[in-house]
This record gives sequence, C-alpha cells and structure tokens, in this order.
Amino acid sequence: MTAQILLILIFAIPAVAAVGLAGIADYRIASRVNMLASLLTLVAGLMMFGVSGYTDDFLLLDELNIVFIVLNSFVGFTASAFSATYIRHEMESGRLTPTHLRFYHAIYQVMMFGMNLALVTNNIGLMWVAIELATLATVMMVGIYRTHEALEAAWKYFILGSVGIGFALFGTILIYMAAQPVTGEGLPGMVWSLLVMRAAEFDPALLNIAFIFLLLGYGTKVGLAPLHAWLPDAHAEGPTPISAVLSGLLLNIALYAVLRFKMLLAANAGALAPGPLMMGLGLLSLIFAAFMLYRRRDIKRMFAYSSIEHMGIIVFAFGIGGPLANFAGLLQMTMHSLAKSAIFFAVGHISQAKGTQRIAEIRGLTVSHPVLGWGLVLGTVAIAGMPPLGVFMSEFLVVTSTFARGPWLSIPLVFGLLVAFGALLLRLNGLAFGEPTGGGSPAKASYIPMFGHLALVLVAGIWLPPALVIWFQHVAEMLG
Amino acid sequence: MPDLAFDVAHLLAGSLVLVSLMLLYQDRLPALINVFALHAILLAASVAWQALVQDAPVLFVTAAIALGFKGIIIPGALRRIIVRLGIHREIEPVVGIGPTMLAGMALVALSMVVMLRATPAASPFAREDLAFALSVLLLGLLMMVSRRNAVGQVIGFMSLENGLILAATGAKGMPLVVEISVAFSILIAFIVIGIFLFRIRERFDTVDLQALDRARGDQR
Repeated sequence: MTAQILLILIFAIPAVAAVGLAGIADYRIASRVNMLASLLTLVAGLMMFGVSGYTDDFLLLDELNIVFIVLNSFVGFTASAFSATYIRHEMESGRLTPTHLRFYHAIYQVMMFGMNLALVTNNIGLMWVAIELATLATVMMVGIYRTHEALEAAWKYFILGSVGIGFALFGTILIYMAAQPVTGEGLPGMVWSLLVMRAAEFDPALLNIAFIFLLLGYGTKVGLAPLHAWLPDAHAEGPTPISAVLSGLLLNIALYAVLRFKMLLAANAGALAPGPLMMGLGLLSLIFAAFMLYRRRDIKRMFAYSSIEHMGIIVFAFGIGGPLANFAGLLQMTMHSLAKSAIFFAVGHISQAKGTQRIAEIRGLTVSHPVLGWGLVLGTVAIAGMPPLGVFMSEFLVVTSTFARGPWLSIPLVFGLLVAFGALLLRLNGLAFGEPTGGGSPAKASYIPMFGHLALVLVAGIWLPPALVIWFQHVAEMLG
Repeated sequence: MPDLAFDVAHLLAGSLVLVSLMLLYQDRLPALINVFALHAILLAASVAWQALVQDAPVLFVTAAIALGFKGIIIPGALRRIIVRLGIHREIEPVVGIGPTMLAGMALVALSMVVMLRATPAASPFAREDLAFALSVLLLGLLMMVSRRNAVGQVIGFMSLENGLILAATGAKGMPLVVEISVAFSILIAFIVIGIFLFRIRERFDTVDLQALDRARGDQR
C-alpha cells in the first residue's frame, strides 16, 4: 500500500466513523464501532512504518510526524476501549442520556479526525483549520454534562481557545506574507515543505513576529502558563476519557505545530532563536504548575496541573535544542502521554466507584479497590518521575542535557521537578493508603488499557528498543 | 489618481479600527449590537474593495458572508436573544471606560509600531492593512477580557475575527480565505445558538459569567 493511501486513511477512517456513529442509536453498538474505528486508525498508523517518506502539496509524511501519528492513534484506541466501560456506568447512573451518547461518540471521532488531519497535512492553513476543529470538538465534549461547572469550563475553554485561534491564524497569515515575495502568490506560500526549503530567503523580521503569534496561539492549546487557565477546568468537568485524550493527545498536537514552525525559523539565519522563548515559557509553566499542585482539592484538576507541568518540561527541552535535549523531549512527551492517560483511566473508574472527585473524600484506595488503587499508585509514581519508570529516564535526560548546555538553567528545572514530586506523593499518600472512607460501589473497570500503558512506561524505563532509539535520534537531529 | 485604490482601502480599514474603539465604550447591549453591525458592514466594504483591486472575485464571497451573516443575521438574532433573556439593561465593563479606552489606544499604537517596523519590504498596501488588522484583533481581545457579559464577549470575539479576515484578505492571493470565513461563521452560529439554548434549557439565572464563576467547585 502506498504512503498516500495510508495518509488519507488516517483521517478518512475517523471522518467516516463520525458520520456513521451519529446515526447509531444503541450506545453499546456505538461504543464498539468507536473502538473498531480507532483500531483501524491505529493499524493504518502502524503500517506507516513500512513506507518511506512522502510529500505533496497537501500531505506530508516524515520521521517527525510518524511519532505523533502512532502515539495519537494508539492512545486514541486505548481511550476508546476505556470509554466503552466508562460510558456504560454513566448510562446506568443516568448522568448521560442515549442522545448525549450518540453525540459523544460522533464527536469523539471528529476529534480524532481533526488531530490526525493536523498531523498529516503539509499546508499550514489546513493545519490551523484541523487543530481548531479538534479544539471545538473538545469544547463541546467538555460541556456535555450541562452542569453549571461543565458549562463554565466549556465557556472558559472557548474564550481562551478563541484567543489562541486568533493569534495562531494571524501568525499563519504573517508566515504567508513573509513567504509570498519568495514563493509567489497562492498555494505554494502555505506548503510547509516548500516553506522550510526556502525559509532562508524570507524576511526575518516578519518571521519573528509570526513566530511569536504562533507560539502564543498554539501555546494556549499546549497549556503553557500564563495561557493555561482553561486546562484544569476542561479536564475536571468533562468526561474522563476526554480528559485522557486532552492530556495525552491534544496538547501534543499543538506542540507539534509549534515544532514545525520552530524548524521554519531555524532555517532562516536572520530570524531570532526560538529556543530562549520556549525555555522561558516552559520553565514558567513547570514552576507555576508545580506549586499549584499543592492546593488542589479535585483529583482530576490536580492531574491537569501535572499535565501543565509536564508540557512545561517538554517545551523547555525542545527549547534547549540539540540532539540530546530533543531526544529527551520526544521521550518525555511519549512517556507523559502514556502515563497520564493511564492515570486518567484509573481516576475515571475511581471517581465513578466513589461517586466523587474530591481528594478529601477519597482515602485508602489500595484497601477498598486494590487493583485500581495500585494502578493509580503506579501511574502517579511514574508521572512524578520515580525510577525505574520511563518518565524518570526522560526527565533525567532533560536535566543532563540542560547541564551540558546551560548549567544555571538546571537549578530552576530541578527545583520545579522536586516541588511537583513532593506534591504528587503527598496527595497520593492520602488517596491510596490509610483507612478507606465512604461506601463506594465495587468498580466495573476495564484494566487492560490502564495496565497496558503502565507496562509500556515501565519497559521504556528499563530497556528502550534500539530501533526506537535510532528513530528518535533521527527525529531529534531533524528538529535541530 | 494613481493611489485611489490605496486611499480607499486605507480609509475603510482605518474606519474599522475606529469602530472597534467605539465598541469598547458601548455600555448598553442594543447599542453594542448596532455598532457591531456597522463593524461587519465596514468589513464587507473593505473586503469587497480588496476583491476589486486585487481582481480576486472569490473574495466577493467573503464580503457577502460578512455583510449578510455578520452584518444582518447575527445582530438580528442577538437582538431577539437579549430581549428574550431580558438583559437589554446596562452592561458593566470590568474596568472603567476611561482606562479601557486608554488601553485601546495603546494597543493601536503598539500594533502600528510593531507591524510598520517589521514590514519595510512589503508593499505599503499590505503593510497598512496588516497594521490595522492587528489593531482590530487586539481591540477585540481587549473587549473580550474587559466584558463579563457573555453576549459582550461574543461580540468581542466576532470583532477579533473581523480583524483576522481583514488581514487575510490583505495578504495578496492567500489561499483558503473563503473557507476560513465560512468556518468562522459556522462557529459563531453555534456559539450564539449555544448561549440561547443553555439559558432556556438549563435555566441559568443570568448569562453574566460572574454568576458562573460562583459555581466553581475548586478552592473555595
């Protein structure tokens, strides 16, 4: 099968599935179709390993976006499997009606469509449209429970998201303006692979301003402080499968857009170095989120702040640049996606079993719900960066590369990491151990997605397959 | 008159910035909606002029959308909504009108300085257009943060988006402009319908977002 067909399939399958799911009234069938469509997308993603790169005016396949595509379709599939169990409970408890669920499954695939399209497109205008589509789909998902809190979260997400929309589009227009004298009018001025080839001839001043708008615009979606305010609310109030997809995937997609434009800037000698800007925003997010972790009373909100913290680390790593730091950033991103979605899978079942998301009302999980409780312990320990799990290794690499490039920068970095580490373990202690409180029903949970992710994180911490290392090294060199 | 094309474009884009500033100090919702309608009509004229000058007939579609949808349908719908919701009373900006206007002027100055400095190579046509567009964008943003009322914030968002359309049409030969304006229109329609539906179905007491803030569960 050729690369072009695979690239089309990766966003065509979710698009077809979204239309089909809108017409399926029975939620049991719909959740299976949802899983099947996500599985097919994953298969198409994995088959991309078999083809070499591909470039035309609309589609692009290189080593960088394969990382994102495979990660995206894998977590998309496991989250759909988790969603099937989660949704059944929400139906039985009457929080969602069949009409809501029809909408839910269709929008789930619209979200996957938007994200995958953003990853495979070679046109920066189309990429913007696709990311916006995915964002708007999540806005609707966040508001699905229609409580005051959910609507407030959705509204806040919409308001801050639209600021991001505006800035990112303005930045995209400026990139076109910079390219137009060189590439000529029309479509070529928006094709990324052409832009990056001829970026050296662009007007540096215009490129600089464009990048600042793009960084702020897409940075809003990455959840960088001080533009992060939508993120905790959106994670806390939406359905938990969506929290997992938001944290594990949507933040990465926005990051992918930032990386593409960073490469564009790197190709122009006269343009400003994007590194310091990204390092600054990254460190700010890390330290801010690390302190905010201490004050959380809602379990999903706490892990949302942990996502801000990790996106801060990742953006910081890419900001440092160079093969080692880029490698660390890629690994950190992969580990974070896997570990954080596993945590949300656990938290989803826990809050259903306990009937609350308040940290104070959840105690002694390892006693009352041993499997879920230990899953949460393992996930939290992983995300806090304890050895021998994968996140420890990637964070260790980030710190090492920081030492190599700018030793004094590692002081705030390590400080932020330790503060977050303390906060997470402190809260985990209360959640997982001690006397169980509250009745709580036995959990009807699907453990496979959660432990599947955690096993991958554990394996990656102990042994990385050489093929993966070589592949990540190539991408790291590409990112410059 | 060699520069008529430039002068008219300049006049229309400049008026758009002026109307953006006018939006900032409207403290009654019906007046705010009327001024927004004027904003959309000016945008339509500006886009139509660009279509004529650049000889790009496809931009007339964008102009028609701006005029019909944002100039007539949306203001009409908003007028009916505020009457139904009974909120055609005064609206209270977060900061006073004086500081907001000063901030607005500062933003206009900022965008002029930034854009005119950064684009010495571009044609004066595109330069001026971009500088005005950035002003409209930033003023829309200012309006979104200075208003607590949901209808006010949506109007702020729509004026921000008008700035983006102005920038996109000013960039000569940019692809996807029509598609983007259609996508934005659909988005706005969803939001306007959303405001209306949630008020009715979920019995919000008010669309004032301060009331929504009270509903937050965290750190109280």
